[in-house]
Amino acid sequence: MKFSNEEILETIGMIAEGKLDIRTVTLGISLLDCSDPSPAACARKIREKILARGEKLSDKADFVANEYGLPIVNKRISLTPLSLVVPVADPAAFLEVARAVDLAGEEIGVNFVGGYTAMIQKGETAIDQALIAAMPEVLATTQRFCASVVLATTRAGINMDGCHTMGRVIKDIAQRTAEQDGIGCAKLVLFANPVEDNPFMAGAYYGIGESESAILVGVSGPGVIRRAIENLGPAADLGQVAEAIKKSAFKITRAGELVGKEMARQLGVSFGNLDLSLAPTPAEGDSVGQVLEAMGLAMPGAPGSTAALMMLNDAVKKGGLFASSSVGGLSGAFIPVSEDASMIEAAKVGAITIEKLEAMTSVCSVGLDMIAVPGATSAETLAAVIADEMAIGCANHKTTAVRIIPAPGKDIGDFVHFGGLLGEAPVMAVSQICSDKFVRRGGRIPAPLQSLKN
Amino acid sequence: MVKNRKSIVVTVIGKDEVGIVAKIATALAENSINIIDINQKILGEEIFAMTLLADRINSSLSLPEISARLKESVKGLSLNVTVQDAEVFQYMHRV
Repeated sequence: MKFSNEEILETIGMIAEGKLDIRTVTLGISLLDCSDPSPAACARKIREKILARGEKLSDKADFVANEYGLPIVNKRISLTPLSLVVPVADPAAFLEVARAVDLAGEEIGVNFVGGYTAMIQKGETAIDQALIAAMPEVLATTQRFCASVVLATTRAGINMDGCHTMGRVIKDIAQRTAEQDGIGCAKLVLFANPVEDNPFMAGAYYGIGESESAILVGVSGPGVIRRAIENLGPAADLGQVAEAIKKSAFKITRAGELVGKEMARQLGVSFGNLDLSLAPTPAEGDSVGQVLEAMGLAMPGAPGSTAALMMLNDAVKKGGLFASSSVGGLSGAFIPVSEDASMIEAAKVGAITIEKLEAMTSVCSVGLDMIAVPGATSAETLAAVIADEMAIGCANHKTTAVRIIPAPGKDIGDFVHFGGLLGEAPVMAVSQICSDKFVRRGGRIPAPLQSLKN
Repeated sequence: MVKNRKSIVVTVIGKDEVGIVAKIATALAENSINIIDINQKILGEEIFAMTLLADRINSSLSLPEISARLKESVKGLSLNVTVQDAEVFQYMHRV
């Protein structure tokens, strides 16, 4: 036999019990040729391009999934940041274009579209301001268009005025979607050092250094990693655990590479990259928190969680990089609260707090993700929480992000329910100590020093 | 590049009974799927375990359809059948 029984059963087990899947096949589409001063013309050009490029995405993804027997969970598209496409400093223009994008996404059968994006790490243009002004209305009245705002980079520092603005915008979005616990905020990601080829939502956008159109594949499989660790037994030391994670990450990435190349071939576009990120879903066994538990922590958030997560994130990257030359995107471990059964449980009993999460985000992908806080939290406090997370990204040359939901009318211990992939979460406590004067100073925190790093 | 072979890996695991191999082999033959290699064992005296490599280049069925036909062929028996494209194993286990 070409393959041993052990190899065959391992792969079958990864798919059936480890829930190995292709989390998302995201088609990146450049909109740089769709710019037009007339919002109606701009919207029409964008719609036509999305339909032309993405029409077959859903069918081809289903075909490839059947062909290889590997589930493809989500089909999505990511677009050039809209602030670079709509050349009009008018919120109404952004609203019109965003609605057209949302409908085009529905027409081609994708569940999320990324790219309602502005990059304001150093300052805002009049166009950026218009995009942000329309954002609450856009997120409240569209279904699938996701927004992101770049507030900081290691080279530019942190735009504190931007942080303050976004604190207020988040409050506004939450109010406008109050009937669904502020779900609009779940479609907005604030970034430090974002990557331009991320296939994962809500923070995906298609950067200007990318080709005309490309397939970006997001592979997941926290269940596979957990099984590999559990199979080692309790006597294995952490070096052996890291080795097991690396080997599993390698195999998962290879499966993604196979699917990505075939998808690109089927659609006649280039294979952009493969992002191996341990991304949890609310489904049983599909949890990053449980990987930490398999390592020996009673719950995520226990002392040792930051160390365990650093090792996990690093081992995943090392295994993935060896498996494919196209590794990109975020490639690490995500720790969203509402989308991970074990994280939800830890937040419910107080094992994990925003402060501990903040520490953990300094060693893994993304950041404070899908966190519900009391609806009464002020815009200034939100801005300060955002600034802290931006600082971690800035100082450590890494991507960090904030996706936070001040749930209207909810307080600590209450639950918010978003449903589907977005899950549910207990409302977590935010420090009540006032940061208002600091935030109101505004301005820009200068870029951190790149030398004398001792 | 035109492929001259489309390999699949079939696994059948469960309670041993008379005629499992015959049933699976017949179902494959009826759908123009050519068996390339079979590996079969009885584990612990009663668990039947088979892994099978086959070529479906001449079959008009898709992978999920093949899977459904094979499951149908051993209906009523306590067996778990999986069908997977062999390229997945090639990618995962061979550098």
